[in-house]
Amino acid sequence: MEKTYRRTDVMYLPALFLFAVFVIFPFFEGIRISFTNWNGFSQKFSYVGFSNFKRLALDENVRIAFTNTLIYGFGSTFFQQILGLSYALLLNMKFASRMVARTIIYLPVLISAVIMGYMWYYLVQYDGALNEIVVALGGSKQMWLGSRVSAVGTITTINVLQFVGVSMIIYLAGLQGIPGMYYEAAEIDGAGAWQRFVHITVPMLYPAFVTSITVNLIGGLKLFDAIMALTGGGPGYASHSLATLINSTYFGSQMAGYAAAIGLLLFVSILVFTVLLQLVFKKREVQY
Amino acid sequence: MKKSRSRLVANVFLSLVALAIAAIHVVPLWITVTNSLKTRSDLSSNWTLPKRLVWDNFTKALDVGNLPRAFYNTIIITLVTTLFVVLIGAMAAYPLARNKSQRNTLVKTFVLSIMMIPALSLLVPLYVLLVRVRGISTLWGIIPVHITFNLPLAIFLYANFIGTIPKDLDEAAIIDGCSVFRVFDRIVLPLLKPVTVSVIILTAVAVWNDYQFSVYFLQKPISRVVTLAIASFFGITGSDPNVAAAAALMAILPVTVLYLILQKYFVKGMVDSAVK
Repeated sequence: MEKTYRRTDVMYLPALFLFAVFVIFPFFEGIRISFTNWNGFSQKFSYVGFSNFKRLALDENVRIAFTNTLIYGFGSTFFQQILGLSYALLLNMKFASRMVARTIIYLPVLISAVIMGYMWYYLVQYDGALNEIVVALGGSKQMWLGSRVSAVGTITTINVLQFVGVSMIIYLAGLQGIPGMYYEAAEIDGAGAWQRFVHITVPMLYPAFVTSITVNLIGGLKLFDAIMALTGGGPGYASHSLATLINSTYFGSQMAGYAAAIGLLLFVSILVFTVLLQLVFKKREVQY
Repeated sequence: MKKSRSRLVANVFLSLVALAIAAIHVVPLWITVTNSLKTRSDLSSNWTLPKRLVWDNFTKALDVGNLPRAFYNTIIITLVTTLFVVLIGAMAAYPLARNKSQRNTLVKTFVLSIMMIPALSLLVPLYVLLVRVRGISTLWGIIPVHITFNLPLAIFLYANFIGTIPKDLDEAAIIDGCSVFRVFDRIVLPLLKPVTVSVIILTAVAVWNDYQFSVYFLQKPISRVVTLAIASFFGITGSDPNVAAAAALMAILPVTVLYLILQKYFVKGMVDSAVK
């Protein structure tokens, strides 16, 4: 039987072919390009050694984009867990509007992030819906995307509100997997609501925490669409993530070699953070 | 008596809290709706509908942005990509689930690690590759890229699912003289329906909503997809924001309607993909 199954190995060749052409080959090609001063379209270019990487280390815009990437990634993840878990705990209770609320909160997840970004434009522009509220409350109009702090904060908030449904669904699935008898037994033993939450819900949700945090962190570190829609990286270079900086370096500044180097930085950072995260989770897993 | 009353109060209170939260999440959609139904000269509040609803913005959006063409392109790309992801993905998963040799474990790990690669980090070389084969601004150029980056998740979901189908089923048929490929075709494939629904939804939504690849690989107006068409409404200075709002609403309508009808499957797909 083993032999029979071995013959089926040919069935993954089409997939491996695609990975070779569109992942492996570009990956090494990217490394090669990152050692050149190619501008992205001309036939001529030369190898410039490590100068793109030296430049990368000193570039103020890269430093800003890198920090922003971390804020988008970890900031979004943090707030998505808090909101997502709260929503899940609320909507796991039985009451009339729970299904309607779940449906609505999850809906934005399925809307293109770039279109969602544009829809937010009607809220955050100077004469937008948010400033109407601010004025009605007696404040003065704000520039919601006018500075680095406000732009990065606004974009992170928008990302959180759009994708919090993902965490909510993961936590809801986790909550529904906890056997009711655990709570009943704890209640008989005299455990209060808070004790039940800390000693049953939180440990039992551990796999859900791992999943939700990993998914959100990878999504946040790759953030691209919302930034492109709302600021295009501006004002100046203030709200760029590494992903959008690659775009503007390649197509705006026409420095393909340098853009490929920034691409490698993005690749390595996501790799490092996901691996570190898995290590943290593995370590903690032993305790339960 | 008293208990049922306090339960009713709790029910009403929790319902109101949940609806208030839902309302916050619906705000961007609502503000887009109010804007899409007003003329540009209407300077009333973003929060309120106009006294007379203006539907012109929707017809204008269809004309100006060449939305029908964009919808056509998006539908073709989404359909073809999804079809190939299902076929190549299910095929690739079968040996990975059934023949657990050392080499296949390695292949599986490799497929998993591809899921972590941010596609944008490969932007420059991928763009160069497509330029070289004249695939820029063509549908056949972007489709293989979409297939490739949606395959790992599909392979993974299929491999996990096939792993839960008892091997006895395959082996009984093989002993009866059925070739192993026929077994896959006749016995395994039909059993994959539930997971295929998830794969279709996950792939189709990802491709339908894609912006990061489309913005580079589909530069000519003729090859534009919906997300690019919408971006062009907002990108041009002086373009009518109310028409843009109408365009954005039309762009999100198909996925929204499908989600409301097939909600159960959308949520299942998400849970499947997350709980790897």
